[in-house]
Amino acid sequence: MKTKLVELKNISKSFDGETVLSDVSLYINDKEFITLLGPSGCGKTTTLRIIGGFETPDQGDVYFDGARINDVPPHKRHVNTVFQKYALFPHLNVYDNIAFGLRIAKVKEDEIRERVSEMLALVNLRGFEKRNVSLLSGGQQQRVAIARALINKPKVLLLDEPLGALDLKLRKDMQVELKNIQAKTGITFIYVTHDQEEALSMSDVVVVMADGKIQQIGTPTDIYNEPVNAFVADFIGESNILDGVMLKDYSVKFAGHTFECLDSGFETNEQVDVVVRPEDVDVVPVEQGMLTGKVTSVTFKGVHYEIIVDIKGFKWMIQSTDYVAPEAVIGVYIEPDAIHIMKKSEYSDMFGDYSTFSDEMDHLSDIISEEEE
Amino acid sequence: MKFLSKAYIFIIFALLYAPILVVILFSFNASGNLSNFSGFTLYWYKDLFRSGEAIEALKNSLILAVCSSALATVIGTLASFSIAHSKNKYYQSIMKSVTNIPMMNPDIVTGVSMMLLFVGVGLMFKLDNVLGFWTMLIAHTTFNLPYVILSILPKFKQMDKHLIEAALDLGCTPTQTFFKIEVPAIMPGIISGLMMSFTLSLDDFVISHFVSSPDFKTLPLYIYNQTAHEVKFSMYALCTLIIITILVLLIAVNLAGAKKDKAPRRKPRRIAKGELAK
Repeated sequence: MKTKLVELKNISKSFDGETVLSDVSLYINDKEFITLLGPSGCGKTTTLRIIGGFETPDQGDVYFDGARINDVPPHKRHVNTVFQKYALFPHLNVYDNIAFGLRIAKVKEDEIRERVSEMLALVNLRGFEKRNVSLLSGGQQQRVAIARALINKPKVLLLDEPLGALDLKLRKDMQVELKNIQAKTGITFIYVTHDQEEALSMSDVVVVMADGKIQQIGTPTDIYNEPVNAFVADFIGESNILDGVMLKDYSVKFAGHTFECLDSGFETNEQVDVVVRPEDVDVVPVEQGMLTGKVTSVTFKGVHYEIIVDIKGFKWMIQSTDYVAPEAVIGVYIEPDAIHIMKKSEYSDMFGDYSTFSDEMDHLSDIISEEEE
Repeated sequence: MKFLSKAYIFIIFALLYAPILVVILFSFNASGNLSNFSGFTLYWYKDLFRSGEAIEALKNSLILAVCSSALATVIGTLASFSIAHSKNKYYQSIMKSVTNIPMMNPDIVTGVSMMLLFVGVGLMFKLDNVLGFWTMLIAHTTFNLPYVILSILPKFKQMDKHLIEAALDLGCTPTQTFFKIEVPAIMPGIISGLMMSFTLSLDDFVISHFVSSPDFKTLPLYIYNQTAHEVKFSMYALCTLIIITILVLLIAVNLAGAKKDKAPRRKPRRIAKGELAK
C-alpha cells in the first residue's frame, strides 16, 4: 500500500507579478523516486523550494504526512535538500559539514562519529574526513552534499539539479550511484532536472512541467510512449509531430496518406497531433514506401545516422542504422504501433518540424538555458 | 618615459614620507634642537614615559579605541546584516547612502554638530560637564560605524545565499544560522572593520577636540596641547610610536583581507575522466 507523503494542492506562485506556478497539484508517494522535469523557467525549482519551505505559495496548500505545512519554517521540516551548487560550508571540513545537522540536533558525538563514517562509506568518500571542502572536486563536493543531507534521515530528500555542474561521464556515474543510494536508504527522492535522459533513466515517476503548469505525470515509459501533447512529445526525446485527421477509430490520415493506428476514442474527423518517433520510421525502397521523400541531410551519430527527409514540405527526422545518401529519394514505412495520436493543445504547431534543425542551435539553446539558471 | 614615471613615483613617496622620516629621525636626536643631529639617543622616549600626563593620555586613547571600535563593530555587523537581508532594493540603497554620508562629512562639521548636540542634551537635563569619556565614546563609535559597515556589507554580498538556506535546511534556527554560518563567512570583514575603526579612533583629533573635556584627554589632544607653544622632542618620540602602531595595524588589516580573499575564491576543480571510480 503506497502512502502519500507529500501533497501539493492547487499551488500558485508569482514573483513580482510574473506567474511562476499556476494551479499545480501533485502528490508524491513514500519511497518513490520522482523527477520534476522541464525547461528552465518552468517552475520546477520553485515547486521544490515550496516543498523545502524556502518559498511560500501565494495560493494552495502543502501537506506533509497528512499535515498542512504552509507556515512551517524550513528548519522544522523533515526534508533535506541537496543544492544545485552544493552550498557546502567553506569554513568546515568534510567531517564537520556532514556532522552539521546532527550537531544542531544535539546528537552525542559518539553516535555522530558512527553515522558520519557510515555516510562516508555510502558515498564512497572514506578517508576524506579532514579535507577542506573547497579543495574537493565537483563530484566529491556533490557526494559531501548528499551525505550531509542524508545523515539526518529525512523522509524526503530534495535534489535541485544536483548533477548540473558535472561533466557528462561523471554525471552518468553519479546517476547510477544516486539511484543505488535511493534504493538502499528507501528515502523518497524529489529530483529536479532539465535533462530528459536523466529523468527517464532514474525515476519511478516523471512530472513534466512547462510554463508553470504540470503537463503530464507518468512513468518514464508512459511519458515517452504516450505523450499527452506536442510539448511533452518534443521535450522528451526526438519526435516528428504532424497535423492529422482521425478518420475513424484505428485510422488516421496525415501527410496525405491514411495509416492504420492503435488509437481510438476520438470524434470522427477530429483534428489531432500525430507523433512518430524517429527510430520508429523504417527506410524502404520507394516502391514499398507509404510515403516518399528526398533526403536533405545525413549526420553520423555513432549508433545511428540521423536523416532529415523532406516529405511534402515537412522535414522528418529518421534514425536509421543504414546509410542513405543525401539527395536520394527514399520511401518510408511506419508500423501502426509507431503512431501515437494526441489531442490538439496550445503547444500544437510549435514543435516537431525539423526544417530549422541543426545541432549547433540545440547546443546554443542549452548554453542559454544554463545561463538563465 | 620609464625614467620619468620612476622619478614621479620617487617624488610622490618623498613628499609623503619625508616629514614622517624627519620626525622619526629627530626623535632619536641627542642634541635636542633641530639644527644638528649630534648622536643617537633614547632619552626622549624615556622623557616621554616619565611624564604621567602622557601615560594617562595613552591609557585614555587605548581605552577609548578598544571600546569604540568594539561597539562600532557590533552595531555595524547587525546593521550590515539588516541591510544585506532586506528584500527591498530601495531600502538597501538608501541605507548605504545614509551610512556613507558621515564619511564624506568634514570632521570639523561632525565635531561641532556633535558638541552642540551633547551640550544641548546636557542643558535639557540640567547636567554640568556632559563632555568627557561618554561623549567621546559616542562620537568615536558614530564616526567609526560607516567604515565598519563599508567593510562588512560586501562580505554579506559575497556570501553564497544558499549557505543560509542549507543551514536552515539542516535544522538551524535563523539565530543559529547567523552565528554558525554567517559570522564565519563575514569574519574577515569584521576583523578589518574592527582594526580600521581602532586605528581611526586612535588618531582622531578634530572631532575629539570638540567633544572632550580637560579631564579626559586622548593622545592626539595631549600632543596638540604640548606643541601649542614650543615642540618638545619627546613629542617626536610619541609621534614615532603612534606611526609605528598604526603601521602595524594597517599591515594586519591588509593581511587579514588578503588571506580571506584567497581561500574561498578557489573554484572546484573539474575531475579528470576515471578519477571518480576511485
